[in-house]
Amino acid sequence: MSPRPLRIRKVSNPPIISGLKPYGNKSAHGKTEVVFLQYEEYEAIRLCDFEMLNHLEASVKMNVSRPTVTRIYAQARYKIADAIVTGKQIIIEGGKVYFDSEWYVCSSCGCFFNHPEKQDTVANCPLCGSSQISNCDQIPDDSIDTKPQCDDGCICLACGYEETHQSGNPCVNIICPQCNEPMRRKNSPHSRKFKNAL
Amino acid sequence: MKVAITSTGNSLGSHLDQRFGRCDFFVIYDTETKALEYIPNPNKEALEGAGPASVQLVASRNVNKIISGEFGIKIKSLLDSLKIQMIIFKEPDKKIKDIIDILNNTSQTHSK
Repeated sequence: MSPRPLRIRKVSNPPIISGLKPYGNKSAHGKTEVVFLQYEEYEAIRLCDFEMLNHLEASVKMNVSRPTVTRIYAQARYKIADAIVTGKQIIIEGGKVYFDSEWYVCSSCGCFFNHPEKQDTVANCPLCGSSQISNCDQIPDDSIDTKPQCDDGCICLACGYEETHQSGNPCVNIICPQCNEPMRRKNSPHSRKFKNAL
Repeated sequence: MKVAITSTGNSLGSHLDQRFGRCDFFVIYDTETKALEYIPNPNKEALEGAGPASVQLVASRNVNKIISGEFGIKIKSLLDSLKIQMIIFKEPDKKIKDIIDILNNTSQTHSK
């Protein structure tokens, strides 16, 4: 069976350089070797290390899953480390990517436009030159759920009261509203012992 | 800077075409030299792939912006990689002359 096809990664802009060359290699004999850094790996480095996003935010920007960003990022770090340590030349090319830009709307002339040069900020409408423009497909912040979901529950060992567990908040810190006892994690050794005693 | 405008005819009085790939004419307008060029669209009757073919035609004239009423789904990623700006202007009553006037005003205020 053939593997599942790759999801095409979204890259905002191609890099301004097409590669990097080492200099001053004392043990070099003739040509330097080459490392091919793919566009998606360049984008992962740009989002995670330059724009200081976490992998989840970067994954939304690249339109892939969070583990995929982590994999691409790890590969990119390895390639860059390889280039620095062994004195290889970096060439940025290739990869399964597409380039995308955001849409803006001008409220003065009513036109929609995109902005392919994403490094510069947009200030004026390209048609009428007015500055009354707004981004029309900004992703609302609350659509990105940064808290990991947890199906587990907290349980009170004294009366059996249950509550859904909140990540980052230990169950012992929650006091049962019915009998004022500290709660325990459901299905933990503690609560299992309690179940056996019943 | 060069701007491509989709047009329904080859004169200043013709209207803005609401389609990109299958428009009648492309008007290439140079905002610096004020030169106009009308290109009949060879992909007008194409069964498929009119959009990408038109992108190639327009990109070969080194334009920076394209003004049209609507763009198809294949166009955006192509134009993004070529760094050409798309402007969607949904006013079919506007004439080519009006749009060129707007562009002239904009470039004048920017150069000042």
